[in-house]
Amino acid sequence: MTSTVELPVNKGESGETAARGPRRRAAGRIRRVGLPYLLLLPALILELLVHLVPMVIGIVMSFKELTQFYIRDWGAAPWAGLDNFRVSVDFDAPVGEALLHSFFVTIAFTLLSVGLCWLIGTTAAICMQDTFRGRGLLRALFLVPYALPVYAAVITWVFMFQHDNGLVNHVLHDQLGLTDKPSFWLIGDNSFIALLVVSVWKGWPFAFLIVMAGLQNIPRELYEAAALDGAGMWQQIRRITLPSLSAVNQVLILVLFLWTFNDFNTPYVLFGKSAPEAADLISVHIYQASFVTWNFGTGSAMSVLLLLFLLLVTGVYLALTSRGRRASRA
Amino acid sequence: MAPPRSFLWTRRVFLTLLAGFVLLPVYVMISSSLKPLADVTGKFHWIPSELTFQPYIDIWSTVPLARYFVNSLIVASAAAVCSVVIAVFSAYAVSRYDFRGKRVFTVTVLSTQMFPGILFLLPLFLIYVNIGNATGIALFGSRGGLILTYLTFSLPFSIWMLIGYFDSVPRDLDEAALVDGCGPLGALFRVVVPAAIPGIVAVTVYAFMTAWGEVLFASVMTNDTTRTLAVGLQGYSTLYDVYWNQIMAASLVVSVPVVAGFLLLQRYLVAGLTAGAVK
Repeated sequence: MTSTVELPVNKGESGETAARGPRRRAAGRIRRVGLPYLLLLPALILELLVHLVPMVIGIVMSFKELTQFYIRDWGAAPWAGLDNFRVSVDFDAPVGEALLHSFFVTIAFTLLSVGLCWLIGTTAAICMQDTFRGRGLLRALFLVPYALPVYAAVITWVFMFQHDNGLVNHVLHDQLGLTDKPSFWLIGDNSFIALLVVSVWKGWPFAFLIVMAGLQNIPRELYEAAALDGAGMWQQIRRITLPSLSAVNQVLILVLFLWTFNDFNTPYVLFGKSAPEAADLISVHIYQASFVTWNFGTGSAMSVLLLLFLLLVTGVYLALTSRGRRASRA
Repeated sequence: MAPPRSFLWTRRVFLTLLAGFVLLPVYVMISSSLKPLADVTGKFHWIPSELTFQPYIDIWSTVPLARYFVNSLIVASAAAVCSVVIAVFSAYAVSRYDFRGKRVFTVTVLSTQMFPGILFLLPLFLIYVNIGNATGIALFGSRGGLILTYLTFSLPFSIWMLIGYFDSVPRDLDEAALVDGCGPLGALFRVVVPAAIPGIVAVTVYAFMTAWGEVLFASVMTNDTTRTLAVGLQGYSTLYDVYWNQIMAASLVVSVPVVAGFLLLQRYLVAGLTAGAVK
């Protein structure tokens, strides 16, 4: 990735030197050619600084035996070869077993959360496609979870999930009598449910926004034609609205998947540095491996594995969807 | 054609339930912030036993909230302004010029957005510590260092969203300016930027919001003096007491500026957010 990104910079420099040539028109044209690269230069330098260099260092780190003794001078840390990776994927030993568990928890959580966010967001967007009284107000209200700072919103949920003084137990136990005794929501198996609820609460408005925008691009004539043919509201939704959204959905679901899968803020504010086993998401898991047990080498190896997985998923997804699009066009 | 009654009823029920779900934490936040401590440490009550504004006074002295507020303000504004200024140039290049490597650049920018922050956190942490040891420049724990780490997410999406906004400014406008003798930078600053001002403001606000809500980098890269709100709010839970009423009051205070900004600018923000997905 490094070499491909440096390419434009080199181009820009050669454009500059050539611009000193004798013929003004040619020089002007070449300066025009070099100009985009000059405009990109600040962004390229920063991308290099905050993304590419750290990524290369992260990959190097994953091959080193990097514990707290070497933090002050990580270059001096001894090489570990593939040991960090071996430890991470040795699913019979504690470290690998915990990573695998965390991976499956993250996958289950992500699929459920993305599915629910998409379902709620799409339903809400279809409900609000036509104008009705209070629509603008409702739309603004629906954006509030999206606009609230994560820690402020999630900390409120932490309060609501408290064992003794939380709203959730008050409603479920005291008011509705659905549970025998007040439950623990932030430890034990229930923590998965708590995490899912908060994640959906925070995430569905994004799906809502994108689907709303997608709905605006569906020509009204389609609905009118369908109505003339005698199609009812439900049929119109199933035959026109949902198929028309498929291109939007492809992007939306990929973005939701990546965000949810990578989310650190929600579990961290909800559970702190070490999440309960049932809700041990991968980003918090790596954070804990690195900054709580101070094993940066293993943490980096886990990060590299995570990166490879994300690249794989994105690649497969893009291939599948573009193939799908080609097939539907043919 | 009027929608059938079954649809209207389903819609009404669904939207009411959804509004309740969305509003529940907002209600808890507001009502609990007005309760005395005894009321939030006991069983939950829907209606406060007594209304008090004391939590709003106490939040400033229980933890140095004002300092955290200033830190967040500086870091979030600087990250937003830096990334948008830099993004203006590159988005203009991508939107108006064809050049080799354009696709590589846009794909790189897009893909860095999909990587988890934890991937950059570890190396940046070690780079900062080592730079500090070698040169004495304290990046780790400083506001400058935090601002730099925030560019890992604010720069890519600023570039991405601004490309969308610049594409929506008609090309004829800046081509006319070029014909009239403006240089490319003249065309950018006299024509394209003014025409895209709503978009630029929206991207800045969006970058600010994201930085304002960031937890991961803030929890590792700050110390006592540079702590931001994201980490500072944890200070209201002590060994002996958790001041839930103050936590709720403080949460509300830190939320109001960004929620207000978002709702005011939502039309522009949404246009940018959705441009990439829909087109």
